[in-house]
Amino acid sequence: MDLKELYREVILDHNRSPRNFGTLQPADAEANGHNPLCGDRLHLTVRMEGERLADVRFQGQGCAISVASASLMSEAVKGKSRAEISGLYEQVHALLTGRLPADATDGRAALGKLAALAGVAEFPARVKCASLCWHTLEAALAQTRTPTSVSTE
Amino acid sequence: MSGAVLARTATLGAGASAGAGAHAGASAGASVTAGAAAGAPLDLARIRADFPILARQINGRPLVYLDSAASAQCPTAVLQAVDHYRTSLHANVHRGVHSLSQWATQAYELARERVRRFLNARSTREIVFVRGTTEAINLVANSYGRTHLSDGDEVLITYLEHHANIVPWQLACAASGARLRAAPVLDDGQLDLSAFEALLTPRTRLVAVAHVSNALGTLLPVQRIVQLAHARGVPVLLDGAQAVAHAPVDVQALDCDFYAFSGHKIYGPTGIGVLYGRESLLAAMPPWQGGGDMILSVSIEHTTFNELPWKFEAGTPNISGAIGLAAALDYVDALGLERIAAHEHALLELAQARLAALPGLRLIGTAPGKAAVVSFTMDGVHPHDIGTILDSEGIAIRTGHHCAMPIMERFGLPATARASFALYNSAEEVERLVAGLRQVRNVFS
Repeated sequence: MDLKELYREVILDHNRSPRNFGTLQPADAEANGHNPLCGDRLHLTVRMEGERLADVRFQGQGCAISVASASLMSEAVKGKSRAEISGLYEQVHALLTGRLPADATDGRAALGKLAALAGVAEFPARVKCASLCWHTLEAALAQTRTPTSVSTE
Repeated sequence: MSGAVLARTATLGAGASAGAGAHAGASAGASVTAGAAAGAPLDLARIRADFPILARQINGRPLVYLDSAASAQCPTAVLQAVDHYRTSLHANVHRGVHSLSQWATQAYELARERVRRFLNARSTREIVFVRGTTEAINLVANSYGRTHLSDGDEVLITYLEHHANIVPWQLACAASGARLRAAPVLDDGQLDLSAFEALLTPRTRLVAVAHVSNALGTLLPVQRIVQLAHARGVPVLLDGAQAVAHAPVDVQALDCDFYAFSGHKIYGPTGIGVLYGRESLLAAMPPWQGGGDMILSVSIEHTTFNELPWKFEAGTPNISGAIGLAAALDYVDALGLERIAAHEHALLELAQARLAALPGLRLIGTAPGKAAVVSFTMDGVHPHDIGTILDSEGIAIRTGHHCAMPIMERFGLPATARASFALYNSAEEVERLVAGLRQVRNVFS
């Protein structure tokens, strides 16, 4: 068990200075995430442009892994379509649960900075910390599908 | 300060306790140093040898187990007692004519008497075996609650409570229309006793409070609480989960009406716990769970219920658990709870002093009377990260809300890190904790 694998410089940096920290007003959707086991809390706001996520912010308090993961996610998902975000989450989840081996260089390259979360796989108790923001984003995106927000044009 | 805390721990009922130190010879493997006087320090090397798990390595480092408040380790004496039962005594209890079943029944009922003696209850009719503290409280909330709570009545607890002493009352109140009220806590983690007293109203039907807070270690002023409640004819349930392993408890001296504790927090097996109930109250309470053993006779038309305590023990009990619990009580009494309390208090003082000296570290819960539990936060580092980094050093602490969300909320914290000290912990382990916390600061600097 190598702590440095979990608390890599990228993770520590994003925890110290989380990107996109704050609240979008107005927002197209928002969602709350809560990890009751460790007290991580997240409030996500998103703005859409059609099928693409235009902007995202997150607020909250949590462990270094949850904050860094949310920060990294927020950078990675801007401008992406729902389908692309969904695919990205599947890759991230595979990484977190050790199903994306280090020699799957294409898969890891596609993740960009998100690959810094690879160390979480060695610390199974922390997987929920890293995936909280993705579940919360999924909940926010689900809201933007409601009949009132779907355009008839 | 240590004298004052010992005095406080002594008021948990040491004076009248018949069981303390009386059972020295009976338990195989108990580390009693020859001629151990009440004040003699614990022989830690011998004690630690009684707990094989403490010799484990975690992540290449010797285990430092500072999470006994969550669950304590079992000494070999307990494991041997359970094993002996399993290899030579096991049969179902209370029903058989054959030898094994009689011996098993005898062992189980002797365990009950052992608990009676440990708590200094008047009679074994007042000792109900349950799964743990949570089940004990649920039993009272359901059985006593059903017949004593109506619309507009009140149940009084505190903001310090573990969820086990909150949720059963919420459920009972929802079912009856009664109202749950909670007494506030001061900034140092003490109960605000005058606010508590003000919350005792003519509608209060039950008081339920922790003897010792699991999240902060605060010792509650339970004798005063019982006095205040009884002056108004209100019975009191004490959640003793965090108390029984750390100082003598005498339910007659406390004069509480119900007392609950868990075996696995006093070096016994999991899955066994005790509800002490005043006989007059238990006798009047309706059965909780129905089934075999809690009945005298059953027909489709009519069933009569068994006497106390079996009225509240439906089904085959955790026989080996009860036997293991009795062995654990023997182990603890052989060492002496006053000595254990003194040992743990010294660790508490050392830990609090060393931790408070670390930059950016904040102790949460600094009441003058505390069990050896240290809850803390570190600036800029979430407890969860503290826990992971300490784990990489072989140190086990607990992080999170400790099943006590209301008190976390009251202190404006999502979580704390909590180190708890037991009879097998050492000053060296406190230093390992301090070194580990310095490592945490390194990683997050």
